[in-house]
Amino acid sequence: MASEGTLTSTDYITHHLTNLTFGRHPDGHWGFAHSAQEASEMGFMAIHVDSMFWSVFLGCIFCWLFKKMADKAHTGVPKGLLNFIEMVVDFVDGNVKDIFHGRNPLIAPMALTIFVWVFFMNLMDLIPVDVIPWIWQHISGNPHAFMKVVPSTDPNIALGMACAVFILMIFYSLKIKGPVGFIKELTLHPFSAKNPFVQVLFVPLNFFMEVLGLLAKPFSLGLRLFGNMYAGEMIFILIALMYNAGLILGIFGGFLQMGWAIFHILVITLQAFIFMVLTIVYLSQSHEDH
Amino acid sequence: MNINLTLFGQIITFAVFVWFCMRFVWPPIRSAMEEREKKMADGLEAADRASRDLELAKENIAEKLREAKAQAAEIIDQANKRANQLVEEAKQQAREEGSRIVNAAQAEVEQEYKRAREELRSKVSELSVIGAEKILQGSVDRSQHSEMLARLASEL
Repeated sequence: MASEGTLTSTDYITHHLTNLTFGRHPDGHWGFAHSAQEASEMGFMAIHVDSMFWSVFLGCIFCWLFKKMADKAHTGVPKGLLNFIEMVVDFVDGNVKDIFHGRNPLIAPMALTIFVWVFFMNLMDLIPVDVIPWIWQHISGNPHAFMKVVPSTDPNIALGMACAVFILMIFYSLKIKGPVGFIKELTLHPFSAKNPFVQVLFVPLNFFMEVLGLLAKPFSLGLRLFGNMYAGEMIFILIALMYNAGLILGIFGGFLQMGWAIFHILVITLQAFIFMVLTIVYLSQSHEDH
Repeated sequence: MNINLTLFGQIITFAVFVWFCMRFVWPPIRSAMEEREKKMADGLEAADRASRDLELAKENIAEKLREAKAQAAEIIDQANKRANQLVEEAKQQAREEGSRIVNAAQAEVEQEYKRAREELRSKVSELSVIGAEKILQGSVDRSQHSEMLARLASEL
């Protein structure tokens, strides 16, 4: 849709996979990147405006919706949307109670936030890939403006949440187990020996393995979400390419997109659920005192 | 695909939304739900209690009904007995009255009969005197023969 005739498939895909990036150009001044090349040259000092906008926007929708329902919540018979919201809350609460046995008032609200927010972010995937970029390009007046609407296909977003979870994991490990307990956990497992000399030999090995295991948790958590959503988005983009390839392929693509979207409803819900459950599991592990 | 400040942006956003949810969303919804669950449990318990009470009341009623029926049967029984007794008494009275009347009538008849015989006897003695006078062609002195006449009358 961003095309002006001479766009190739590669350009189309690249365009769809590039974020609207605001950051510091190599020459030192701040501004929007005008190509994928420029965006990557900005390095770390840049921000994906579209990802952040949609992420915050969807988070606000979550907060607004649930706050509204929280204000409406009463002890009588719940009706309509309130009923549904309560069902979601109950579902999350049930999962938290099953997995997390400690006492921490943060876990359940966080699990709810993650579940609904990630679900909303993933849900953006079901909007046909060109609709919002097309609207944005008309609003901004720039036919080449970038706009990536699914925040969870941005590794920054997925890994950002995973990092937040990781920070909480470290925080609660230190708080519950104490610094000594935490270090002990990292160094005295899985190999341990009665003989102190042998134990000393095991410590670096244990530490290496445990730290690796610890770091793998947020990475796998973030990358799983990102990978699944990115792949899904990519397939939508590839299907969208067929619309330019004639009537028959276009109609076929329409059916394909519908099929993939229906299947994707499962994927987005599942990914939101998995992210929530793993967060609870990881934090539950941080609360276990040996 | 670049890792950049967005990562930190997302961490901060995440923290804010989690805080918001923890502060304003979760507690009211959960407390409302828990309160409702409690109310429902109470309601169910009350319903249980009520149905138990109802059961008890039904048993009570059946018991009372049985008692009342037994009492009614007893009363009817007594009434029947009493009625039979009354009838028996009345019959007895009637029988007695009847026999009394019959006796009285018999006594009267007896009396009448005696009286009639007396009368007849006196008449016969008179007739026989008259007959004897006719036969003897003379008069019989009644005073003279009164003793004989009385003996004759008693023989009749």
